[in-house]
Amino acid sequence: MAEIADFTEKELPDGRRVLHLSGRLVIASVSSLDGRLRALDGTVSEIDLSGVPRIDTVGAWLVYRTARDLDAKITGADSDAKRLIEAVGHVDEDPAPPQATQSALNRLLSEIGEAVSLAVLTFLRFLGFVGQVVKAAFVLMLNPRRFRVHAIVQHFDMVGVRALGIIGLMSFLIGIVIAQQGAVQLRQFGAEVFTVNLVGRLTFRELGILMTAIMVAGRSGSAFAAQIGTMKITEEIDAMRTIGVVPIEALVVPRVLAAIIMLPLLGMYASLLALVGGGLLCWIVLDIPPTTFIQRLREVTPITDLYIGLIKAPVFGAIIAMCGCFQGMQVEGNSEQVGLKTTAAVVQAIFLVIVLDAIFAVFFSNIGWD
Amino acid sequence: MTETIISVRGLRNAFGDQVIHDNLDLDVMRGEILGVVGGSGTGKSVLMRSIIGLKQPEEGEIRVFSEAMIGKEEDEATDVRRRWGVLFQGGALFSTLTVAENVQVPLREFYPDFSRELIDEIARYKIHLSGLPAEAGNKYPAELSGGMRKRAGLARALSMDPELLFLDEPTAGLDPIGAANFDKLTRELKETLGLTVFLITHDLDTLYAICDRVAVLADHKVIAVGPIDELLATDHPWIKEYFSGPRGRTARLGHAKPKTDPVKLGVDKQSVARP
Repeated sequence: MAEIADFTEKELPDGRRVLHLSGRLVIASVSSLDGRLRALDGTVSEIDLSGVPRIDTVGAWLVYRTARDLDAKITGADSDAKRLIEAVGHVDEDPAPPQATQSALNRLLSEIGEAVSLAVLTFLRFLGFVGQVVKAAFVLMLNPRRFRVHAIVQHFDMVGVRALGIIGLMSFLIGIVIAQQGAVQLRQFGAEVFTVNLVGRLTFRELGILMTAIMVAGRSGSAFAAQIGTMKITEEIDAMRTIGVVPIEALVVPRVLAAIIMLPLLGMYASLLALVGGGLLCWIVLDIPPTTFIQRLREVTPITDLYIGLIKAPVFGAIIAMCGCFQGMQVEGNSEQVGLKTTAAVVQAIFLVIVLDAIFAVFFSNIGWD
Repeated sequence: MTETIISVRGLRNAFGDQVIHDNLDLDVMRGEILGVVGGSGTGKSVLMRSIIGLKQPEEGEIRVFSEAMIGKEEDEATDVRRRWGVLFQGGALFSTLTVAENVQVPLREFYPDFSRELIDEIARYKIHLSGLPAEAGNKYPAELSGGMRKRAGLARALSMDPELLFLDEPTAGLDPIGAANFDKLTRELKETLGLTVFLITHDLDTLYAICDRVAVLADHKVIAVGPIDELLATDHPWIKEYFSGPRGRTARLGHAKPKTDPVKLGVDKQSVARP
């Protein structure tokens, strides 16, 4: 599009150097000129622009920088060029703030330190948040009229009813997988009949509720974080506060309650469908008819397994909902934060659920429910 | 001398049954600041979006730098795209990049062979030109005030040394001092860099202070275009109400002194339509 900008260097008889620039000094044609001008050293007494038909601010910047660095005088500039060079030269009146430079080791250590302190801080904030939620729940109990029944019912629908399809399908398939894998292994000892024990005890005690919790964390925990985070960015939460609505009461308590109530129900439902899946496989592959399957199930699965599932479920529900809401409330600034905090909510919820599950497992074995 | 930079002919835009523009004509000349005014919903932003190719009009012809823009895909007409800069209403800065990185985005896109140092230097003086302090370059858009965000948006719009600048309500939401400074900056940049500016505004002070010509949008078309003094002489009810209402009168009084050295442009007398 343009003739490439170029320069030639001349030495005058008295030993002074002059740069003659030529060609269009515009953004599209200066890229190679930049490096060559930067490479010049020594002093130059004059930069001659009389061979430059057109110049823009990038060209002006190159001329200005070269003149500044080589201590040269600019000659032959027309009025446009003078104006532009003067305009870009003002930048030096406002020196750039010094860039903080750190060695790689320093940076690594400071990053580790920041990550650790952030983790501790997040944990403390989370504890504070849990406290706020508990306090808000008590306040609501004392003032039942401030209780938002409508919101809770809506979250029942979102967390529970709409999850029935996917959780049912998942549990049914897991029941099949447990039974099938169990049958393959137990057949080696001629003990296929114990597949029923495996399916019954595993689903009620562990997998039914654990898989449900993971699914709800992915479905609803993330939704909570994204909803509340977006409301935070659009200042809806600030608006609530100014109106006198407590965000924890209006947004967090209904979600947490909905999750606490829905998770045991979903967990029960998931366990039952896993039994259906396992029973079906036992019938088809192992020739154990459904009546025998159910009878044997009642003999080998103690009622305490059901209690264990039902005790764990509300705790998991509370953890998932609180992680989601907590991370949502931590969103600040831009839209990228919503994504980050949503991911954090799901990861944190699933992690805490599994840690708690391990603690529960040890606890229930020790009190003799095994 | 007065070369036409943007030429819009017979533009028609509609959302479903709702007609926004019908048979709209408009010319923007080189080196002028053209203010575009109109009531809410008369399609000022839609007009801008049609010209810069973000909205596909139903009918009509749009030429920018004598190149037809209708039907061009996003990766076409890049020669035209690198000659204009756009400042959106909210700044539209990329929220995950710092201000300096925002300014560098178009440069990196179009001139990948520029050295890092040069790109940094260009960003630094552009930020300075747009009136921001040097330390603003390392900040993220969320850390800036509304006025600074507009300036950062302007710095990005200017990063490619455009010949044509689109400004969508640049002074909306700024305090009067900030707005006046932004007007002054626009005028200075226009004079220093020889820009042509397409300026959408509601700000009567901006119109009086910096616009060479004003185009009025109403009844689906440009009903009048010319210097404000000429618009005042027309008797279209909307124009009368707009410029002679309480705010219009105040703004006119505030700018009663003739501007220092007003840029004279050929005004097309016929285009001041009588209703």
